[in-house]
Amino acid sequence: MIQSPYVRKPAHVQSIMLTVLLGLVPGVAAYVWQIGAGILVNLGIACATALAAEALVLKLRKRPLKPALSDLSALVSAALIALCLPPIVPWWLTALAVLIGIVVAKQLYGGLGQNPFNPAMVAYCTMIIAYPSLMSQWPVAGALDFDTQLALILGGTRELDAITGATALDALRTALHTGTSSVASVLQQDGFGALGGRGWEWVAAGHMLGGLFLLARGVITWHMPAGFIAAMAAISGVFWLGDPAQFASPVFHLASGGTMLAAFFIVTDPVSGATTPIGKLIFAAGIALIAYLIRVFGAFPDGIAFAVLLMNMCVPLIDLKTQPRVFGHRRERSR
Amino acid sequence: MISRLFSFHGGVKPDTHKSESAEAPIRPAPLPDMLAVALRQNARAAARCVVAAGDRVLKGQCIGTAEGPHGTAVHAPTSGTVRAIGTHPIAHPSGLDTHCVLIEPDGRDEWIARAPFDYRRAPRARALAFLRDAGIVGMGGAAFPSHVKLGTGSGIDTLIINGGECEPWITCDDRLMRERADGIMAGARILLELAGARRIIVGIEDDKPAAIASMRAAAAALDVPAEIVAVPSIYPSGGEKQLIRVLTGIEIPHGQPGFEYGVQCFNVATALAVHRAVAFGEPLISRIVTFTGNVVHPGNYEVLIGTSIEALASLARVRADTERFILGGPMMGFALPDLRVPILKGSNCVIAAPPGLFPPREPELPCIRCGACARACPVDLQPFELYWHARSRNFGKAQAYHLFDCIECGCCAFVCPSHIPLVDYYRFAKSEIWARERDQQAADASRERFEFRNFRQTREKQEKATRLAAKAAETQAALASKAPTTGAPAAGADAEDPKKALIAAALARAKAQRAAAVPKNAEIDTLSPEKQAEIAAIEARRKRLGADQDPR
Repeated sequence: MIQSPYVRKPAHVQSIMLTVLLGLVPGVAAYVWQIGAGILVNLGIACATALAAEALVLKLRKRPLKPALSDLSALVSAALIALCLPPIVPWWLTALAVLIGIVVAKQLYGGLGQNPFNPAMVAYCTMIIAYPSLMSQWPVAGALDFDTQLALILGGTRELDAITGATALDALRTALHTGTSSVASVLQQDGFGALGGRGWEWVAAGHMLGGLFLLARGVITWHMPAGFIAAMAAISGVFWLGDPAQFASPVFHLASGGTMLAAFFIVTDPVSGATTPIGKLIFAAGIALIAYLIRVFGAFPDGIAFAVLLMNMCVPLIDLKTQPRVFGHRRERSR
Repeated sequence: MISRLFSFHGGVKPDTHKSESAEAPIRPAPLPDMLAVALRQNARAAARCVVAAGDRVLKGQCIGTAEGPHGTAVHAPTSGTVRAIGTHPIAHPSGLDTHCVLIEPDGRDEWIARAPFDYRRAPRARALAFLRDAGIVGMGGAAFPSHVKLGTGSGIDTLIINGGECEPWITCDDRLMRERADGIMAGARILLELAGARRIIVGIEDDKPAAIASMRAAAAALDVPAEIVAVPSIYPSGGEKQLIRVLTGIEIPHGQPGFEYGVQCFNVATALAVHRAVAFGEPLISRIVTFTGNVVHPGNYEVLIGTSIEALASLARVRADTERFILGGPMMGFALPDLRVPILKGSNCVIAAPPGLFPPREPELPCIRCGACARACPVDLQPFELYWHARSRNFGKAQAYHLFDCIECGCCAFVCPSHIPLVDYYRFAKSEIWARERDQQAADASRERFEFRNFRQTREKQEKATRLAAKAAETQAALASKAPTTGAPAAGADAEDPKKALIAAALARAKAQRAAAVPKNAEIDTLSPEKQAEIAAIEARRKRLGADQDPR
């Protein structure tokens, strides 16, 4: 009987997810332009796998297919997974990553809205632990044409040392570990561009552009990107100022690896992230700090995925401790 | 002068749909065939009926007197005959019936004797009682008794008059401010004095420029500080606490009276009703109702309290394809179960909904914690957390997340991309908690009764024990005092003696009792004198006969 309000804003989960997919377009376009069109094949494999996996699990769970498939959330996860993986991983690795993301990280927890961990990051972490070498082969910008990329994706022979390398972050760390070279000399090598990895810095710019679009559309709030970027700049700045020969500048860290993709598309996942305004800042800043420590001092090419999962675990605590003041109440002393 | 406006968190901007009904002047609704005046005008109190079926009543005559601290009187809206007093459906989401006085108008519209009330010379308590007996309640919706809101007559600095009217579709306050601004401000002036306030601030949403202009002109004529302030049109800025916040920066927690925070707020229509009552002796018997939506003549009608919505519907010429009727606005109103329900003092708007205007809710999707609801909430709650806990029946947690601060404004459900009927979940949680509290109270009461019974029984046992002990001690003492006179036995027998003495005493008592006991057949004493006399006569006869037979 009671069911006010009778009017509703024309908002829909589907339109939110669609906006996120649109926001990925600039980054993907830069990717195709700088690195190659292989990413499109990967995106296709990922999306098809995601829809099939989601449908299969829904069927097993005896849930209606249409609402869950049409909300486009599976496609968003799939696209993010594909964008995190190297563009020349074999097709089965992409498919396996998406299966883990959709089936294990999302549906086994109860589907959309129920997952405590970011599905894309669960998939990425599983893959980097299971297939470290495949996950470390990144093509140098412009080194591989589409046919070669396609052949590699579809399972060609992989003798790639000449044309692939590590990511800029990885290469820098490896070079610094030998102890002979300084940051400045490493950045002069082939494979580095003006800001970060050659070509990859354009992809980062594309993701930032798409992220600003999401901000403008109100799909994400400023807290997470601002907290993430500010904390990443702050911690890298502190180390850089301390020893510029051994630590790269904040600009390098912001333009390299998955920083921009993470700032606007990964840490902003609403389901597994903090929800209060202050909580969002803490959550995003925490990811940036942990990610920096892993990418600089750890053994993995980038630390964002692990940092996201670690901070996902802290979300209930962060939310509990950062509840906003309710109208008419005084600010509560910490509970 | 107000130097700055404050803002509240969140809020939404639904389509206002005000122009449909705002342009036509207020039209008086003709006398209906029958009026059903509800004795209960709000959730808190019902009036006590003082008329009987068949009575003739005059316009403005009291038909129900105020009962209880939140009670207010109700009056006959026109002259006529009381046809019945009985249950009748009223406009309440529950669809339950309540007691109504059914009055058949006689068409003469004959007033009782009316006299203005000189509130300045009357003691304050008398003035408040006057408002109560004139049936003045808040006309913004909740129908809360105005005399209660006026507080103690001190501590209120600012009197706020609410012309916000933030709900879409509703324009009755807008029209009232355009057409009767002088009366509203005169009423505000009276309320100012009764509240002991220093200044008046009228808050009006800035999408009503005509009302603002008209009210400014009326305020300029007052001899007290009165300011008309245009506030941003963001739903729910017309909510009492939100408007107070916008105008003064003061936040009044849920469930707290405004006068403890130095401000109090009255609706514009309430102010006008106060003025009509004080200046002309007219109790509250009519109000302005917006009838809009799928009708030929949308607009505002001056309607007698008790007029059925059916009668209004024929007046506004509702179109045939109307699906349902919403009482109140689309954000907080409810669908009417029955068109026979009467207009109450708090009924401000009826929307006839054509097909598709308020489409059925889309299927509910999972919450993705996007936080749109939290950004829209004017009370700064975390609606998705409340939803989560209400849904899992974790009511304690829901309360910890301030469930009872929710004003059910509907902003969260309005913006939810998953189309979750969030407010329904909160209403559900609240009513479950209330039900549990009632059960808890009942259980507490019976536990207290049980514990008291146990306490009483132990106490009685103890009292009996001490009484017996005292008595035994007394007897012993008596025996002990007797003992020396009856020749003291040897000291060695002392320990045994009291016991023996006690037994002896008890035996003696029993013997005495036996001796004193009346023999079975000797109940003669208890019989009436006549019976005794009769028995005596019989005995005498027997003796005589015996004596006669003796020689034989």
